[in-house]
Amino acid sequence: MGLLDKHGVIERNATLLLALSLVVVSIGGIVEIAPLFYFQNTIEKVDGMRPYTPLELAGRNIYVREGCYVCHSQMIRPFRDETERYGHYSLAAESMYDHPFQWGSKRTGPDLARVGARYSDAWHVEHLSNPQSVVPESIMPKYGFLAQTELDTTLIAADLKANAMVGVPYTEDAITNAKADLMAQATPDADTSGLMGRYPKTVARDFDGNPGTVTEMDALVAYLQMLGTLVDFSTYDAKANYR
Amino acid sequence: MGATLRNIGWIITLAAGALFTLILSAMGQDAPFRIQMGLVTAVLALGAIILMRRPDNPVRILAQGEAEGYFDSPIRVGSVLTVFWAIIGMTVGVVIALQLAWPELNFGPYFNFGRLRPLHTSGVIFAFGGTALITTSFYVVQRTSRARLISDGLAWFVFWGYQLFLLLAATGYILGITEGREYAEPEWYTDLWLTIVWVAYLVLFLGTIIKRKEPHIYVANWFYLAFIVTIAMLHVVNNLSVPVSLLGSKSYSVFSGVQDALTQWWYGHNAVGFFLTAGFLGMMYYFMPKQAGRPVYSYRLSIIHFWALIFLYIWAGPHHLHYTALPDWAQTLGMVFSIMLWMPSWGGMINGLMTLRGAWDKMRTDPILRMMVLAVAFYGMSTFEGPVMSIKAVNALSHYTDWTIGHVHSGALGWVGMISFAAVYFLVPRLWARTQIYSLRMINWHFWLATSGIVVYAAVMWVSGITQGLMWREYDEQGFLVYSFAETVAALHPYYIARVFGGALYLAGAIVMAVNIWMTIAGKIRKEKPIATAVTLQPAE
Repeated sequence: MGLLDKHGVIERNATLLLALSLVVVSIGGIVEIAPLFYFQNTIEKVDGMRPYTPLELAGRNIYVREGCYVCHSQMIRPFRDETERYGHYSLAAESMYDHPFQWGSKRTGPDLARVGARYSDAWHVEHLSNPQSVVPESIMPKYGFLAQTELDTTLIAADLKANAMVGVPYTEDAITNAKADLMAQATPDADTSGLMGRYPKTVARDFDGNPGTVTEMDALVAYLQMLGTLVDFSTYDAKANYR
Repeated sequence: MGATLRNIGWIITLAAGALFTLILSAMGQDAPFRIQMGLVTAVLALGAIILMRRPDNPVRILAQGEAEGYFDSPIRVGSVLTVFWAIIGMTVGVVIALQLAWPELNFGPYFNFGRLRPLHTSGVIFAFGGTALITTSFYVVQRTSRARLISDGLAWFVFWGYQLFLLLAATGYILGITEGREYAEPEWYTDLWLTIVWVAYLVLFLGTIIKRKEPHIYVANWFYLAFIVTIAMLHVVNNLSVPVSLLGSKSYSVFSGVQDALTQWWYGHNAVGFFLTAGFLGMMYYFMPKQAGRPVYSYRLSIIHFWALIFLYIWAGPHHLHYTALPDWAQTLGMVFSIMLWMPSWGGMINGLMTLRGAWDKMRTDPILRMMVLAVAFYGMSTFEGPVMSIKAVNALSHYTDWTIGHVHSGALGWVGMISFAAVYFLVPRLWARTQIYSLRMINWHFWLATSGIVVYAAVMWVSGITQGLMWREYDEQGFLVYSFAETVAALHPYYIARVFGGALYLAGAIVMAVNIWMTIAGKIRKEKPIATAVTLQPAE
């Protein structure tokens, strides 16, 4: 065991021990993570993905704030039971604008990757306010306070700007109009032409049944209602995107 | 006046810090940020006042450590805080277990499950585990290097700086401040503060090793050092983010989607590998041979398993992302390395258990040693279960279910908890110069309460996880899914109640410990029969 006897050199030199440890623990991460930024096929080619509208982004921030990811995944695995229960398996492309990702790790509640457009707004508002009233077996906490809380929009342009800095393709135009776009999406009969131009396939309406105020409930429901609805699977080529 | 003058630098620093955070609080862009900065102001101001009012000649404890020139004051505070955080973290655990059994126990917005769950995970991992690691590392590095920590001030900074990080993280979760990535929830400014504290910790630890009087660096310190440096790397990379405002709490991760997912689980799995494993192996390598009165079983095995463990662990992250949108090649790499990881993990277990060779009889009379053995046994159990769960076919069933929760708890309660409790029982009489612990029998009670708690918890979660996993994928003869999601939730209700019971048993053990530690520090000794005096078995006449 000649090699192991030489270990004494490392044991006598703290800096060497530190440096070698750092080298040894760096390798795995470099080999596994770095290629994900360079391999072109890491993110599938799809039609339909766009950045979140300001209202959806605000709703997503509430989703994160309340720790929804603790009990709900947003990642459908390619198994028969999951695709029948939740829909097409999730693609990497579908979370390409997610800072942070919200794939989750535990399904205390069901997967939400494609919950969008499955239930009515009224169902969502009732379910969030009192989950057991629509799903008696549910063990979800009540989130009725969201409907009573006016959405804080003071930093929404800065939110978009920070997202642009980390790579989400928000234009100058989108950042300037962030507040207006947010209000337009949640206000009935508002002029949504600018919003629709910047964010195709956006659904604009009053989401929480309270047209007078833009609440946190509006934002969260707007976010939930768009989840998994963007990618056009009629044009998706699964074979070409096999990794 | 002497004390005030000695601390004048600290008092000025704390007061300046309080003023700075007061200004941040006034200028804050969102309410949670203003509240947190106000809280820091109060804490720093309180620190300054306490230092100003400190008596000139504080009561000195003259334990063996001080006589030999070691700096043991933060270790004393740390031992007490370790027990304190154990009880806080585990109480929150029991509370959220109750919430899962009876959802009426959610009190929104501040006390909903979604906000309390990170409080529990961070409370146990970072508050209890982290305080135990820092405390024991201060003790071990001084003894095995025969050198005092390089700077008393730096040691206090690391110690209280880390506690301030915990305070920011914990209050943040309640207020809804989170980055939304498991075990890395604290926001950008809390992360920055931890980075500063952690670099100071590295300097303190490495500096103390460098000025050691022993020619060799003891094996426990290899593990502590690998833990400190790797956590620094993981923490910095995983928390790279752009704040929305320098006066606001929110930030966005620089990574997105699939890259963010793998970076996060590279971090998340190695929080297990380095925070919860390497650091606690350092603990095992010092306290177990000490308590058993035997040298470490194999020096060569420790070399091999150290390097193999730290090399292989880093690769295992992708097993948290099996069958997700992570490319298959990365999933396969993660699985293969996770299975290989079994070997160095058991190398560590064998090295720990075999240290008892020739001393197994002490298991009968020494409940502290028994705790250590149980810890290592659970370490072996969970590091076998982990590789099994990383196999894609198994993971297809276990992922997203309570099986994972059970696995984590057999590691956290069994390994991390038990080895930390044993270390605190070892430390307290020595640090306060007491001849013995208040009650050995109470340690025995703690041992059995904790052990039965873990067994209940893990067994219940296995059944619950596998039940739900199988229900999700059950088809009838016509090819339809048999159960709705809600039906699978209802099926778990009895298990969720049983889980509360398991957790409560474990918590009860920790409370027994708190009493025992309190009385030991108070210098009391309980009148009790000694444990298991040698029973001689004799044949019937």
